[in-house]
Amino acid sequence: MHEWALAESVICTISDEIIKNKLNRISRVIVKIGELQQIDLDIFRFALDTVLASCEPAVEKGSIILETELSTLKCNVCENEWSFGENIKNMQGDEAEAIHFIPEIAHTYMRCPACGSPDFKIKKGRGVWIESIEGEI
Amino acid sequence: MIDPRLHVIGKRLEKIKKIIAVSGGKGGIGKSTVASVLALCMAKNGYKAGLLDLDLSGPSTHVILGIEGTYPEEDKGLIPPEVNGIKYMSIIYFAGNNPSPLRGNDISNIIIELLTITIWGQLDVLILDMPPGISDSILDVIRLIKKMEFLVVAVPSKVAIGVMKKELKILMELNIPVMGVLENMRRKESPLLSDMIDDLNIPILGSIDLDQAIEDATGNMDRLTETGFYKQLDRVFNARTKDML
Repeated sequence: MHEWALAESVICTISDEIIKNKLNRISRVIVKIGELQQIDLDIFRFALDTVLASCEPAVEKGSIILETELSTLKCNVCENEWSFGENIKNMQGDEAEAIHFIPEIAHTYMRCPACGSPDFKIKKGRGVWIESIEGEI
Repeated sequence: MIDPRLHVIGKRLEKIKKIIAVSGGKGGIGKSTVASVLALCMAKNGYKAGLLDLDLSGPSTHVILGIEGTYPEEDKGLIPPEVNGIKYMSIIYFAGNNPSPLRGNDISNIIIELLTITIWGQLDVLILDMPPGISDSILDVIRLIKKMEFLVVAVPSKVAIGVMKKELKILMELNIPVMGVLENMRRKESPLLSDMIDDLNIPILGSIDLDQAIEDATGNMDRLTETGFYKQLDRVFNARTKDML
């Protein structure tokens, strides 16, 4: 249920944007969900709707769109690219769960499949971020 | 693109009266021991204390305090376990005792994530154990945590004080409050520290003698409270920092 904390951050951001841009109505918010964080979309959606109902009436029902993004990890040593999905079958459940809480913990439990280096960057699909917020003044 | 986590960190920390970052430039000067024992002092003095280990590559506060067998509880975030009155959070809950080779951007993301998902609730004081140096971690806590003061640890060494002084200068340049400097590992009365930072007008909070007993007491909170280190830090806390809470 730590998805709740991330959902709350999304709603706080929308509220801040409403104030900052003096918006009366929010019509569309695109939230990207990176593969690496392994967010449970049902829990995340439920948390979003619950927090939203309690604090932000300016957001139209159904206006928050969740889009998932596959991860791309790139080795800084040999430049090999791979995805978390390809690697997860080699991991223990608690290791995957640790990455769920803190995606950068991938550096603790994953290695480049080509050269074995822990020195890689998370190019795409890390966690939760907001792609865009559209509204009316 | 907006990082939503940055918008909730203030809310996560709003019920904390005081946040103290324990730092000090060089490694090996006892920052983590000061941070850990200070949290213990605060808890023993009846304050609601928290300890967040931000030395992501070399977390050690769990070893100093002997924290093991605990794990955060999931409830709309992660609720830190409370150990002997200290609410505790560290990367060790996720990385275990495995090495975590991290670049700067990864360190920033981990700090942001920890501040986003950790539900501290009400605290009198949250102690941050900072890593050595004035790089990503220190810049991130300055950027992300608004109501924070630094407690800077120094040892009586020209080299260490020289590095520590650079940190003091950057904190002063950025108008970040500094509670003062705490001298650690003192072997004898010496004006070295006061002479070297005299021009900065930063108070010296007190001195803690080099205490051989601290190594034997490491990992046991009851034994830590019996050390000279604890007693001297407790006196400094009661004389100086207590009024700041």
